[in-house]
Amino acid sequence: MTGLLEINSLGKRFGGFVALESISLSVQPGERVGLIGPNGSGKSTLVNCICGTLHNEAGSVHFDGHLLDGATAHQRTRRGLARTFQLPRPFASLSLIDNVRIPLLYTVAARGGALRAAHDIDERCADLLREVGLDAKARHLPRDLTQVEMRKLELARAMAAEPKLLMADESMAGLTHSEVEEILTLLNRLNGQGVTIILIEHIMRAVMSFSQRLVVLVSGRMIADGEPNEVVRNPEVERAYLGQ
Amino acid sequence: MRSDIFFVSCLVVGGIVFAAALALGNDYYFFAGYVVLQYIVLSTAWNILGGYCGYVNFGSAAFFALGAYTTVAMHRLHPMPIPVDVVFGGVVSGVVGFGMGYLTLRLRGAFFAIATLALAVVLQTLIVNWDYVGGSRGAYIVRPESFAPFGSYIKYLFMIMMLLAVGAITVARLIERSRLGYGFATIRDDELAAEASGVPTLRLKLIATTISGALMGMAGAPFPYYIGFLQPSSAFGLEYAVNSIAMPLIGGTTSWVGPLIGAILLGSLQQIATVTISSAVNLLIVGFLLVGFVIAAPNGIIGLVHKYIQHKPVGQVGRRRVEADSPEAAP
Repeated sequence: MTGLLEINSLGKRFGGFVALESISLSVQPGERVGLIGPNGSGKSTLVNCICGTLHNEAGSVHFDGHLLDGATAHQRTRRGLARTFQLPRPFASLSLIDNVRIPLLYTVAARGGALRAAHDIDERCADLLREVGLDAKARHLPRDLTQVEMRKLELARAMAAEPKLLMADESMAGLTHSEVEEILTLLNRLNGQGVTIILIEHIMRAVMSFSQRLVVLVSGRMIADGEPNEVVRNPEVERAYLGQ
Repeated sequence: MRSDIFFVSCLVVGGIVFAAALALGNDYYFFAGYVVLQYIVLSTAWNILGGYCGYVNFGSAAFFALGAYTTVAMHRLHPMPIPVDVVFGGVVSGVVGFGMGYLTLRLRGAFFAIATLALAVVLQTLIVNWDYVGGSRGAYIVRPESFAPFGSYIKYLFMIMMLLAVGAITVARLIERSRLGYGFATIRDDELAAEASGVPTLRLKLIATTISGALMGMAGAPFPYYIGFLQPSSAFGLEYAVNSIAMPLIGGTTSWVGPLIGAILLGSLQQIATVTISSAVNLLIVGFLLVGFVIAAPNGIIGLVHKYIQHKPVGQVGRRRVEADSPEAAP
């Protein structure tokens, strides 16, 4: 088992509905993986099963050599799995700087990281907000943010947990062309720092430019996994996802 | 301000209040003040779970009564000094709070509130049928006339409740400014996002239910000595459950200051109404004020103040800083 993330025969049902069926996937350290599929194909369910928000009924998830089955979401985050949400979920009553402070306090410090003193944490929070261009609004509440700023806050909070793997769940949904570019720049920079990224996205232009590898889900099944240009030419993918 | 300095400052303020009541030369002020202080403890305790974590507890009266009945049981078993009763009351209520938290870990919103209400009903039924503590007949606790060096016993009870109020406020403030406080705030805002940020939400909820329950039990422990005759209907009174919720809501739930302001305001109003009109109008006052604040100031008095100052987010009163390796950063 060499991958950073190893998913073996993962299955998830909601009553009689099969949401995920025997998904197997291996993600190597530093990889940029695009995960696509039509609405309802099981992308977010897969992310939720990997992150521990949902529990898979079949199969197993290994991360960084550890079996994650039974581990809670916060334990997985502390192991280095971070995520952003399809709809941004900021801590509404906390300022932006406190939003990014939470993972530092509960993940990095809990791991026994270098951040032990309050001023170290304050500095790191400020750095993170500066990286995503939100330093000017550090003391604002999330309600003061625009859509793209909200997405950036999600990314900053995920980055604060110092993850080994980041799952960006539709981080560009509803953004303009230039805003998509801003988010892609951030994700590329993060990947350049050694963070493995799984990008779940509908914006094909962004997925194609970002991903080294493309995985396609349809109706809970994985129908393709490979080099992006080859995958999009796969007849099954074209039929199921690209509408040809 | 550092917590130890804050604690000493609160003690000084408490001392001034005690001296002022003493200067008025009428024991009634101690009786009335005791009730206000008791509500400060109750509302502060409620706010740790309800305000900081967003879990509405309708069973405050049950925890209060547990503390009171622990004292009765201790009194029957072997009479102890009230501070010891307070500790026992806190432990028993804290354990029940932990149990309640454990049983209701997966519940949220109205479901959690109903579960806490059910706990109060179950506990009241148990007490009504437990003869050792007086059952439905009630239990007499004969308090001494005087207690050195305070003179009358009510002054002693007032002082105990004053210390409890100072302790409760200090604990609430300490939590608010610690890693624990940040964790509680994330639970209130979004549990899913909290877990994704590494916050152990279930563990934190257990801590909140335990601390909140323990403080409520401590508030109830001296009550049998105050009232003299304890019966289930007085210990499990609706006013404790309603006031514990209304006072923080009126004062503001996101800070330790809110419950303090709410308890002083509402508690004093109720005491004035009791002697000028009737104690029967107390809940009416709470109802009117609650409706008024829900409409005009949903974030309470603290929220109103922040609205005008507009300097800091509602979730932050004062400058929140935390040392990751501070003692309160346990979980």
